[in-house]
Amino acid sequence: MSTITLKAGSNLEKVLTSGAFAVTAECGPPKNADGTVIQDKVEILRGSVDAVNVTDNQTAVVRACSLAAAYTAQVAGVEAVMQMTCRDRNRLAMQADILGASMLGIRNVLCLTGDHISFGNHPQARGVHDLDSMGLIRMYRDLRDERRFQCGEEMDGALPLYIGCAENPFAEPLEFRARRLEQKVLAGADFVQTQSIFNIPRFERWMEEVRALGLHREVKILAGVTPIKSAGMANHMRTSVPGMDVPTELVDRIAAREKGEPQRAEGTALAVETIRRLAEVEGVAGVHIMAIEWESAVPRIVEAAGLLPRPAFT
Amino acid sequence: MITADRKPFDEIYAMTEGHDRVLVAGCDTCVAICMTGGEKEAEILASEIAIKAKQEGRELTVEHTAAIRQCEWEYLDTIADTVGGFPLVLSMGCGIGIQAMAERFAPKLVMPAVNTNMLGLPQEHAVWLERCIACGDCVLGLTAGVCPVVRCAKSLMNGPCGGAHDDGLCEVVGKDGEPIECAWVLIWERLKAQDREELMFAYRPPKDWSSSSSGGPRKMVREDAMPV
Repeated sequence: MSTITLKAGSNLEKVLTSGAFAVTAECGPPKNADGTVIQDKVEILRGSVDAVNVTDNQTAVVRACSLAAAYTAQVAGVEAVMQMTCRDRNRLAMQADILGASMLGIRNVLCLTGDHISFGNHPQARGVHDLDSMGLIRMYRDLRDERRFQCGEEMDGALPLYIGCAENPFAEPLEFRARRLEQKVLAGADFVQTQSIFNIPRFERWMEEVRALGLHREVKILAGVTPIKSAGMANHMRTSVPGMDVPTELVDRIAAREKGEPQRAEGTALAVETIRRLAEVEGVAGVHIMAIEWESAVPRIVEAAGLLPRPAFT
Repeated sequence: MITADRKPFDEIYAMTEGHDRVLVAGCDTCVAICMTGGEKEAEILASEIAIKAKQEGRELTVEHTAAIRQCEWEYLDTIADTVGGFPLVLSMGCGIGIQAMAERFAPKLVMPAVNTNMLGLPQEHAVWLERCIACGDCVLGLTAGVCPVVRCAKSLMNGPCGGAHDDGLCEVVGKDGEPIECAWVLIWERLKAQDREELMFAYRPPKDWSSSSSGGPRKMVREDAMPV
């Protein structure tokens, strides 16, 4: 039996390394200082997911910081993936925060550029963008593997860290998107979360390109799934959310049901079908469920998709 | 070239409060080309101020002048006599010109009549698009002549984010409500046309912003051009 050296020893890394199909779910911090919001979400998700993904001022709206919220989630008993955007921090802050997060036991990070300032609630703010997500991934990889800061200075001691990135198979230039993932893998990404997948044929074409580059063996691919709560939400994502590809048929399918619970049930069923289809795609290592302010849907989706119980490691 | 917008008239007019002699000073280089602050625009602004003062029954002498370039000391000498006769100067030069005027004619009050906004290139008639932020570390050779620092809303150095639309537009809308082209789609298309698309996949390390504007005023010295 071969011994695999883990980079961080996190639960998520263990699940993915074991070959089990991983499940993570989004967990957005509140727009206030109330930690019970995180605790309540964790209570819902515990047992259904391998880790919760704690967002970092998502859509450029101020919320409790991802570091403190990730720590709160871990204290509440579910491992966190801490998101880190390049929008709100320069390279000093991004290195300081990861060292501090590690002190608090956070082992997974998701490196993002961040939604543009203009979409949020402080559009007058100056976006930092000192470096981009590619530079962030490489900076963290170098801290972990080379034990060097971005400036080249040595760092004492270890930084156990499982490094994630995001990629959008549905954004232009489409022909470039698999190569872009390759760039992130070369920069040091251990896992990737994709944009929410509604157009499965398009995702399968992207995965063909990913496999042709051999990337599915280099990086763990978590396919993004967003359960649709209503026809209105589906239509909004189709027409107004950048980088989203929501086929009209899906909107029609949800809209064919009555508003309220019937539409929610159809959205849940669609999410389950999507997960089942994605699990069949060679190279998909798990799913990341982004149930936006609808965490309560996650346990039944995971159960209906046949993904319970979650693996346990000692 | 440097572009500027004239400040709102009411803001400019408020600057004249308490004065009875005002000079509007244009600059006949960049701000004249963008039709904001040349001699003609200085004359128009002087007239507007004079009309408003007359409507209010206020005693106010308003004249105008222009230097070929407010940002060069020699050209400021050409308007020194005129400037000397006025306690207040409203400069229509860019931020550099306004500062040069304030320094050359200190402690005279020199006030800005324009907002300097960018280093822009005409996109079509009467429309300019920012093309350079003078970062001091030019990457255009790697990006097919399209600047990602200024033309990408997130100044990304390693390709497009996930927000590029299928029509090649950025997810971010311009301040005027008009769409912005995705810089990285432009770079990708031009690199392909140059048969250099591999450059798209070359890692570009984090930019060295120390040559940019975060460390106090930058200085350029040409020792080879200094007087012996």
